[in-house]
Amino acid sequence: MLELTVFSLLNGLVYGLLLFMLSAGLTLIFSMMGVLNFAHAGLYMLGAYFAYSISTKVGFWPGLVVAPVLVGVVGALIERYGLRNVHRYGHVAELIFTFGIAFLIEETVQLVWGKQTMDYHGPAMLDFPLFALWGIEFPAYKAFMLAISIGIFIALLVVLTRTRVGLIIQAAISHPNQVAMLGHNVPLVFTGVFGFGSALAGLAGVIAGPELGTSPGMASVLGSIVFVVIVVGGLGSLWGAFLASLLIGMLQTFAVAVDYSLNDLFAAIGIPPDKTGALSDLYSATLAQIGPILPYLLMVVILIFRPTGLLGKREV
Amino acid sequence: MAAVANTAAAGRKSFLRRNAVWWIALVLVMLLPQVAHSGTSIAVLNQMCIMVIFALSYNMLLGQGGMLSFGHAVYFGLGGYFAMHLIQLANAAHFFMPLPLTPLAGGLAGLMFGLIFGSFSTNRAGTVFAMISLGIGEMIASSSLIFTKFSGGEEGLTADRTDLTPFFGVNFGRDYQVYYLIAAWMILSAWLMYRFSRTPLGRMANAVRDNPERAEFVGYSQKRVRLLSFMAAGFFAGIAGGLFALNYEIVTDETVNLTTSGVVLLEAYIGGVGFFAGPIVGAVVYTLLQTLLSNYTEIWAFYVGLIFVATVMYAPAGLTGLIMMHQPIWRAGRLRSLALPYLQIGVPALCCAIGVIGLLELLHFISVRAVGKSTKHLFWTTIDVGHPTAWVVFALLAVGGFLAARRLAPRLAAAWGAATVDIHARGER
Repeated sequence: MLELTVFSLLNGLVYGLLLFMLSAGLTLIFSMMGVLNFAHAGLYMLGAYFAYSISTKVGFWPGLVVAPVLVGVVGALIERYGLRNVHRYGHVAELIFTFGIAFLIEETVQLVWGKQTMDYHGPAMLDFPLFALWGIEFPAYKAFMLAISIGIFIALLVVLTRTRVGLIIQAAISHPNQVAMLGHNVPLVFTGVFGFGSALAGLAGVIAGPELGTSPGMASVLGSIVFVVIVVGGLGSLWGAFLASLLIGMLQTFAVAVDYSLNDLFAAIGIPPDKTGALSDLYSATLAQIGPILPYLLMVVILIFRPTGLLGKREV
Repeated sequence: MAAVANTAAAGRKSFLRRNAVWWIALVLVMLLPQVAHSGTSIAVLNQMCIMVIFALSYNMLLGQGGMLSFGHAVYFGLGGYFAMHLIQLANAAHFFMPLPLTPLAGGLAGLMFGLIFGSFSTNRAGTVFAMISLGIGEMIASSSLIFTKFSGGEEGLTADRTDLTPFFGVNFGRDYQVYYLIAAWMILSAWLMYRFSRTPLGRMANAVRDNPERAEFVGYSQKRVRLLSFMAAGFFAGIAGGLFALNYEIVTDETVNLTTSGVVLLEAYIGGVGFFAGPIVGAVVYTLLQTLLSNYTEIWAFYVGLIFVATVMYAPAGLTGLIMMHQPIWRAGRLRSLALPYLQIGVPALCCAIGVIGLLELLHFISVRAVGKSTKHLFWTTIDVGHPTAWVVFALLAVGGFLAARRLAPRLAAAWGAATVDIHARGER
């Protein structure tokens, strides 16, 4: 039981921090422009594919730097030449636009790289078990993912709260007009934040690609989960996104490991299990099976009872 | 659409005359199989009719109610599952169940789930509604793979529709028989949805979409108005799902998943959500692209995506909106003055499109081609991919066409302005 808990904790941390890298950019973009960017997970996927193509030519490490930059440029272009034009049609049009971009990115990936899973893997120098507990090995690559995510989290915090750029961004979120009056180029800040958020998503893709698999389906796997994260955490709240990322990460990794069902609960309180009735599927579904549903259930419940999320200040 | 609007405005005419458009549509739809009678075209028509109902029901939410849903496939798919269960049950228990009525079971399922999920998701419109619909969509899509007793898991549910007791001697074994059934349901559903949009409730749905606060002051609960529209949309989506079930005789988890929800959003938006006929146009165009274009190119979905993004960016009123823009000019009898500018800009635009399509196809070809294969058949010629000529030609066509079209755009704008100038002055729309 202990080893299960420890490894679920570790895996939950790795997965949760990966989610944070995606949701940090998403929540920043939302608080700035009021746009829920459906294309965010697509940009994450693009990061993985760019890094794969670079890694086949010059290896993993250059890809770690170049691919996020490329994705950032793509994101900035989407904002500058797409989203900004659609802005005048209102929020729903913006949402639908990013939805279309997400669709287009998925199709582009299939057009350029095909439908099969890419043979993208981490660097050979990280291909060893870092430590083993109770005979279970913890790969060094996961520790590397952990290190990158924590590094990004700290860097983000420092940049946003301790630097001049961070101050301008924070001010542009709450009072864009006054910031513009002070002579700052607010549209440029928007483009920059969108590009930076995209680059973060790209970086998440670069390091997640070898671990979670680089295939055209990888965007849709995380696409909705990142929305869960930022809605549960509270839209626009970076700390909220951080907490919710870890919460969802843990929820999913722990659920996979727990094999209890309603039937077990019934047995514990003395009701004989129902094995044949119409609802027997519901009673015998284990927590591991319904794990994928839990985050969405959480999101719907949060939206009904607390639309501001855990730490958010404004409603969705 | 124009004619539809006219019939509404016409007021007290006889039932026959008032619904002239619908009678014409009914006759046309019933005559279609005489023109397109091959097996494939009937299959395409079946799919088209089902998607028309589905897209129209979606527009009850997005266009008429202002609710952006990312999970409308839930009601489509569940409707399909329930209709399938009914067919299976009737087959197993040997009770009389006329096949033409089975979609109603899907509709009732859609209505019921619309009530359940709508009861807590329609409190607000906007992003909250969109996110809840996304959450419900993901939940139902995942559940459909978990609760296999109900959904059949990944294999889905299957049934043979001809096992049901024949309905007036028709057992619906032939595809054209199913077509007439689906087409009848389509006309009936479309008519009902159109009538719904003209009821006080349908009008209030528009009011709640545009200004919920004022609707409340007039004395209507915005939540109740939204909930009723939502249930109605669920009902018609369920009917579409039921028709899907009896047409394909299989319902899988694909019918409830987010891709299907995305497709219906695409269709409604490309067609134009601001018009009743918009989703019809969208569903027809999308189905044609999906079935015909996929014969020629593997990357048809990419082109659909391009069209979708271009629609959102440049024609937010959709294809129907583009057509309706010309209505006042046509009425003023000046459509002719636009012909030349359209032709002038059309030629370079076509060149640009050919160039872009050529480049995309070549790009796709080299990424998926078999080893050693270097020629591709494209635009009725065989192209050597290894040779730069084709790439250069396509690139020149794309860039040159784009630049030329951009140069000619002001001329079109001027002609447009000249054609519409005193129409606006006279205050006609």
